[in-house]
Amino acid sequence: MMDMTPLQISERGFAIGQPILELNEISLRFGGVKALTSISFDVRQHEVRAIIGPNGAGKSSMLNVINGIYRPQEGSINYQGKPLANMTPTRAARMGISRTFQNIALFKGMSVLDNLMAGRYLRTHAGFLEVALQLPRARREENENREAVEEIIEFLEIEHIRKTPVARLPYGLQKRVELGRALAAEPKILLLDEPMAGMNIEEKQDMCRFILDVNDHYGTTVVLIEHDMGVVMDISDRVVVLDYGKKIGDGTPNEVRSNQDVIDAYLGVAH
Amino acid sequence: MVIDNVETDTFSKFLIHHSKTRGEHPAIREKSRGIWRTTTWRGLADEAGSLACALHAKGLQRGGHVAFVGDNRPRLYVAMCATHWLGAVTVPLYRDATAKEMLSPIQSAEVTHIFAEDQEQVDKLLEILPQCPSIRFIVYDKDRGMRHYKQPQVISYEELLRQGREAEPLKRDFLQAEINRGAGQDVASVFFTADETGLAKGVVLTHSALISRARAAASVDDLNDADVALAYLPPAWIGQNLFSYVQPMIVGYCVCCPESAETMLADLREIGPTYFLAPPRVLESIVTQASIRMEGASGWRRGLYKSSMAMARWLGPRILSGEGVFIGFRPFYALGNLLVYAPLRGVLGMSRVRVAYTFGENVSPKVFMFFRSIGINLKQLYGSAESGFFVAMQRNGEVKPDTVGKPVEGVEVKFTPECEILVRSPGLFREYHNDTQATALAIRDGWLHTGDAGYLDDDGHLRVVDRLQNVGALHDGTLFTPKPLENRIKASPYIAEAVVFGDGRDTVCALIDIDAAAIGNWADKKNISYTGHADLASRDEVYALVADEIAKMSAQLASDPVLANAQVRRFVILHKELDPEDGMLTHMGAVRRDVVSKRYKALVEAMYEGHSSVNIDAETSDFIIRDVPTLTPMQSKRAA
Repeated sequence: MMDMTPLQISERGFAIGQPILELNEISLRFGGVKALTSISFDVRQHEVRAIIGPNGAGKSSMLNVINGIYRPQEGSINYQGKPLANMTPTRAARMGISRTFQNIALFKGMSVLDNLMAGRYLRTHAGFLEVALQLPRARREENENREAVEEIIEFLEIEHIRKTPVARLPYGLQKRVELGRALAAEPKILLLDEPMAGMNIEEKQDMCRFILDVNDHYGTTVVLIEHDMGVVMDISDRVVVLDYGKKIGDGTPNEVRSNQDVIDAYLGVAH
Repeated sequence: MVIDNVETDTFSKFLIHHSKTRGEHPAIREKSRGIWRTTTWRGLADEAGSLACALHAKGLQRGGHVAFVGDNRPRLYVAMCATHWLGAVTVPLYRDATAKEMLSPIQSAEVTHIFAEDQEQVDKLLEILPQCPSIRFIVYDKDRGMRHYKQPQVISYEELLRQGREAEPLKRDFLQAEINRGAGQDVASVFFTADETGLAKGVVLTHSALISRARAAASVDDLNDADVALAYLPPAWIGQNLFSYVQPMIVGYCVCCPESAETMLADLREIGPTYFLAPPRVLESIVTQASIRMEGASGWRRGLYKSSMAMARWLGPRILSGEGVFIGFRPFYALGNLLVYAPLRGVLGMSRVRVAYTFGENVSPKVFMFFRSIGINLKQLYGSAESGFFVAMQRNGEVKPDTVGKPVEGVEVKFTPECEILVRSPGLFREYHNDTQATALAIRDGWLHTGDAGYLDDDGHLRVVDRLQNVGALHDGTLFTPKPLENRIKASPYIAEAVVFGDGRDTVCALIDIDAAAIGNWADKKNISYTGHADLASRDEVYALVADEIAKMSAQLASDPVLANAQVRRFVILHKELDPEDGMLTHMGAVRRDVVSKRYKALVEAMYEGHSSVNIDAETSDFIIRDVPTLTPMQSKRAA
């Protein structure tokens, strides 16, 4: 089915470029609890960047900071060379940052198609009345959006469930639909929060293939969180390792694998 | 509206004819990105012409072989048209074949050009490329993941077509000349079919053989250019090729390609074909699906369905065949039609089906009659790649569940003393590719030895019993033919496949492959928890259920003194589904007896040795063997 082992980075559709996202000295506290302590790393254009770490390491917090859900008390974020202040999820989405969630956040009662169409919201300019009255611009946009969504449906091989309500789908497919909805916004950066969690081997392999294909085909920069080391090492270009809110490793999968701090964190050495 | 013209003796000539006389009519429809997109006959001819130019420039010669590995897509059929345009030979291959399986057809036919659907197929072909020096170009259709392929042999369909479109204006005379050079005696296609032993043989068919059979079959049902067919079976199989390439060429009807295998049923409903071909396996799964869905319905609905279907079984086939039915019964059937049959046909996507065909020798009478009773004109046919597929077909109004109908026009049938069916027909294949020995064995004095056993009944209908080599006898002399028994057992919605043994034995035993969906559904209802197929297959409750189903079949046999002894005495449920990937089934889903009986030899022996369980390898748990109560003819009479 899929060939996971030799990731030929040199043969990709888009060469890895300059940093698109830089995080400097990010610290995040909830009251007295330090979730993140002065963490710095960057994400380069077109790369697959993983954030890994044991449970409670601060991975999701990190993603929420990038996404604008949490505001860090200290530190700054540069996106495409410009400093980002007062980030909100809506602004992040407008600037081309899409995400998926650890516990799937789709509209359960709506069909796959409608969920993906909802992902096109930011690409829609027609107002409420225009749409209600089916004025020319609204209809044109609807057609364009549907075309874009159909391309994603074909890309993710979910034609057969196009009209199925999401709630009736198995978990693995829901994850794929969520990826589709994030893609529908045509993001520059895709944030994936544990895209492989709770999947069986086959579903994981499928998901890996789709993530790599998205990166290869659309050139989307991918930032993903995962605690399954094996999967991450196979598909990422570079990996950041967090533990107790601190960065303990950063580099290519091979560098990280031989990093003593990382080994300790995963094997559980007393702190 | 069959075009009957001596001048049109090749597919290319038909293509040009359609393009000139009815160019705006739809030739192929494909659902792509949610929308049905139409290729007209003119569009098809234009694209095929351009592609032919490009293929010629890429070195395709008259008589050269072009392989096709892919699903039913307009581009696959355009490429077939282009191949025939240049007088080359199409060699369709199964897309789920492994690289190893593709090797021998490609080598033996010395294929020079290959049309592959996507990256998966290209990867397989590149794997065997070093062993196939004849391959010059691999043309891929879908570009996903293909941009990194730098091999000089690999080229995209789009690029090839672009080159062809550029060259075409200067090549019009050449294209016309190529069409004129073609003759009916040219070889059109080589179909590789695996026999029981799994060895692939290339069946060589000429344009005239295919055209003559398709013509004869089309006139049986008055096929016309308003008909619509769905192309959903492998194009490498001669039946699909005839239904979606040959017959449309001759009759001019439109072929529709579903979006993907998973969307087939939904697409079927959208398209509403009028002409339909379904192997027994597809029909069985439709019946099983319907019965699963009805079991989940509320009580009064289930009652309505049951009583309506009982009436349908009684009246439906007679009404469909135009036989007289007492006028007082008709309003009841009409009511049933309004409430049950018509909606059911709608759900199955068969509301518009005018004619549907399946293969007589494999279909169980019960499944077959299900479709006829709800008013779908399903009929049986008989034939193989070697015999040009259309040997015998049931005619409207003359349908008997256990025969395959009368021989088609132009076909002569006779029988050897061993009851082997011999066929002489204009549709016979020319030879096995590069295998004169096998050819000489198959065609002797102009008669094809089919290897099937059968006879003509009193009405002149052909009845196919089984493969000749499978026909045997029990110790006591009872005639033993596995296929009819298996077909009866398979009629149960809970049983997917059955393989029975008995030749040279005292009794009949069976290997059973359960229908996981139906039994799973049944188990859910009974609150039986299970972990997977293997667990389900070894449950006592499931054994009891299957034993019941087999006993029902036995009861039918018991009333026939000749067959009473052929009742199944013992059976085993297999832990794993029979699967084409293990070689247990053909690509079309028919059981390979030889492979199955070899694989499960120990099981069969254990059944005859009287064990109650057996372990055939250390990795799997024990197989349980169970007895089925049988009836003597006397008992069955008393019970009746």
